[in-house]
Amino acid sequence: MDPITLSRWQFALTTIYHWLFVPLTLGMGWFVAYFQTRYYQTNDETWHKMTKFWGKLYLINFSIGVVTGIVQEFQFGMNWSEYSRYVGDIFGAPLAIEALLAFFMESTFLGVWIFGEGKIPKKAHEASIWLAALGSNLSAIWILIANGWMQNPVGYAINDATNRAELVDFFALISTPKAWVFIWHTIADGVAMAAFLILAVSAYHIVHKQHLDFFKRSFQIGALVGLLASVVVFLGGHEMGQYMYEAQPMKMAAIEAVWETEQPASFSILTIGDLSGKQEVWSIRIPYAMSFLACNNFSCEVKGVNELQAAYEQQYGAGDYVPLMVVTYWTFRVMMAFGFIMMGVSAWFLYSTRRTDYENAKWMKFVPFGALALPYLANASGWILTEMGRQPWIVYGLLKVEDAVSPNLTTLDLWISLIGYTVVYGALAIAMFYLMKKYAIAGPDAAMHESVDVIPTTIGAQD
Amino acid sequence: MSYEFLQTLWFILIAVLWIGFFFLEGFDFGVGMLLPFVGKKDEERRAIINSIGATWDGNEVWLLTAGGATFAAFPHWYATMFSGFYLALFLLLIGLIIRGISFEYRSKDSNPAWRSRFDWMIATGSFLVPLLLGVAFANLAQGVPIGADMNYVSPNGIMTVIGLLNPYGLLGGLATVSVFLLHGANFLNLKLEQGELHDRVTMLSKKLWIISVVLYSVLGVYTYITGFYGRNIVDPGIVPIAAVAFLLATGYFINQKREGWAFIMVSLNIVFTQITFFLMMFPNVMISSLNPQWNLTIYNASSSQYTLTVMSVIALVFVPIVLAYQGWTYYMFRKRISTDKKTLVY
Ligand code: HDD
Ligand code: HEM
Ligand code: HEM
Repeated sequence: MDPITLSRWQFALTTIYHWLFVPLTLGMGWFVAYFQTRYYQTNDETWHKMTKFWGKLYLINFSIGVVTGIVQEFQFGMNWSEYSRYVGDIFGAPLAIEALLAFFMESTFLGVWIFGEGKIPKKAHEASIWLAALGSNLSAIWILIANGWMQNPVGYAINDATNRAELVDFFALISTPKAWVFIWHTIADGVAMAAFLILAVSAYHIVHKQHLDFFKRSFQIGALVGLLASVVVFLGGHEMGQYMYEAQPMKMAAIEAVWETEQPASFSILTIGDLSGKQEVWSIRIPYAMSFLACNNFSCEVKGVNELQAAYEQQYGAGDYVPLMVVTYWTFRVMMAFGFIMMGVSAWFLYSTRRTDYENAKWMKFVPFGALALPYLANASGWILTEMGRQPWIVYGLLKVEDAVSPNLTTLDLWISLIGYTVVYGALAIAMFYLMKKYAIAGPDAAMHESVDVIPTTIGAQD
Repeated sequence: MSYEFLQTLWFILIAVLWIGFFFLEGFDFGVGMLLPFVGKKDEERRAIINSIGATWDGNEVWLLTAGGATFAAFPHWYATMFSGFYLALFLLLIGLIIRGISFEYRSKDSNPAWRSRFDWMIATGSFLVPLLLGVAFANLAQGVPIGADMNYVSPNGIMTVIGLLNPYGLLGGLATVSVFLLHGANFLNLKLEQGELHDRVTMLSKKLWIISVVLYSVLGVYTYITGFYGRNIVDPGIVPIAAVAFLLATGYFINQKREGWAFIMVSLNIVFTQITFFLMMFPNVMISSLNPQWNLTIYNASSSQYTLTVMSVIALVFVPIVLAYQGWTYYMFRKRISTDKKTLVY
């Protein structure tokens, strides 16, 4: 494989991995902060245990986000040096601001929260977890501003003397609507993910009839918040479709595999055949739905790939401007279908909690647990769609991926780092999965102690 | 504010970020390296980790911010350095990963083998990162093969790593490791309650002092002989001499059991060493060993005036806030840590 392909694989791998853990941090931070506040307000021991128990899971997950995030910060220079030169004037700013505003806040106050219980005043301890949660979400905001700019560049001018894009309007950069729909879709997605984790773990204990007060309370909160968050995710997603229609018509065409311009456009739930559009064997279609997604009205025109390809060739010169259609088509469907299922199951859970006997229901054994996969898969699909749907561009309309890669890297370098990251990240995942499972099963009493099993005193003596 | 003023200001700000990082994370690295060697019992190891537990992550953000600020203010510097040192940085990242994860995970299971494995990962990561940073900074001082297009000229990354491991680079790496070890020992002396563990650390710090004085002096003499000091427009003059004096004075304070002073002396040594480095470089940010015309300077590597202005405003507002709350956490956790099981936070 050539350096570009390897760099892309590596970026995809490390970012998807980072972003597998981050949404849970984003959402869970708010839950834990809320439980902490309730505990200090009421002195009710169940709230205390909830803070500790969900807090433990939060921290186990959080560590992975931190260590994989460092890789992200350095990767732009390491693998995409030409990109960094060309847009660093603009793109560097949100990244630096993120570190200064968000990372400091989150890591400092999380440290205070972990080590401060009983050692610092209650008010300060309570404030620290809220500030940590806020810090994480601020970090998401700034990185999404950076990414929003790559999807839809604004507020810049090309400087011929320095041969790069330069910032001319900082406020345009930070207020770009593209980024702000990203932001609320993504932040809600984090909350939904945390809610589904709470639901899954709680269901396990409820089925085993353990700590019913604790876990029923958690389950109820999880169901309610999960429902609200999935609705917000859906509304955000619908809004995103409309920005995509304006800013990236090619991506729009690619998620539906429309080759020829359609008006009004229908939406295919699934298509069997090949997506080259030359032969559609069989498909289920919802008339007008695509038009509705794209522009909130049932009859607007959705441009087809062929027409767009021709227009882009005119504008940017010869080349292939069509993203990998199989990927965009299916990732979009996975995300959307799972989004609807999430709304459905959380509404159902919420309804069930109003009945007293739901702990005996058969479905409690597997539905909440299976549902945990939904937000994870929907989330990864959404990003793969977003990022692969803008191919061949790294910055839409401005810079192509092939011109962005570091020119001095060899395939050997990239194989070494790609294999290295894969091995280390794999080991991290095993350790984290092991701990998550152990703490989730051990339950709230164990979470009040340092470690869920017996305490050794001899460690270190032998080495 | 003139363009040139802003470029100089950002050079200084990035220097400050690096200085902050080396000073703060320096003792974290030292403590991490010492962990399996001075901590014999589990409580002792936990106490050692707790001495930096609440603050190490915040300290590490100084590095992230230095990286981010370099990207925003000097994109060419960021691009050339990070792609040029590719495999070295990859190793550095692996070091940071295995160390960061271990602080959180080592106590989450009570199996002694589990804990011991993570303790060694902390030590390995804490050794690898300062070693590589020392090597990288020494090579920056010396000059690296940068071509006319601002890119690193090198056959492949492995050769680059080997190229970095020249005598001067290695010396820089080892001197950094030894000073950080001493810095970590001094910090532990300050943070631990009197007792067996404390005595062990004090004993060790005397030896570490001798090693770091030797390595540091050789590095200083080497730098002087090769003429790196006076090469650019600023001659650091008295600054490196003061740095040596601070390191020498440390030995006296360790012997006198004046722990606070010993800590301050090594801190000043680290700060002054970094100042020396940046003075030696100015106004270059990366020196080309191939042709001085191809040096990256604060003038040809920087962002536009507009971006620098925006970033200056933001830094002016937020840097003091960050400093204030980070200082506050050190104040909150100022109490010495005992190895008594009942008082330890896990
Ligand atoms: C739990 C996760 C999740 C769920 C259930 C959904 N999404 Fe989503 N979606 C994401 C998680 C996500 C994401 C991973 O977070 C993305 C990637 C980029 C972004 O900001 O959000 C995303 C991107 C994304 C995009 C691409 C934007 C672009 O590239 O310009 C669209 C059009 C939608 N979403 C629309 C929807 C719709 C109509 C949904 C129906 C319910 C939906 N999403 C559910
Ligand atoms: C966290 C969620 C994200 C995920 C899962 C994700 C996923 C991906 C994937 C799958 C690719 C490979 C696309 C391809 O090569 O065809 C990619 C590329 C890339 N993404 Fe993202 N991305 C995420 C967020 C971001 C953000 C926030 C940024 C910038 C701030 C970013 C910048 C890039 C860059 C520079 C590339 C490389 C160029 C390219 O191949 O297009 N990504 N990402
Ligand atoms: C949509 C994409 C992304 C979002 C929303 C996001 C958000 C976050 C959040 C909330 C955290 C802290 C929580 C945790 O560690 O679990 C984090 C960690 C981190 N992220 Fe990401 N991230 C994304 C992708 C990236 C990218 C592309 C970069 C590269 C610049 C990056 C750099 C970092 C760094 C350096 C950290 C570690 C911070 C620390 O030490 O506290 N992230 N990210």
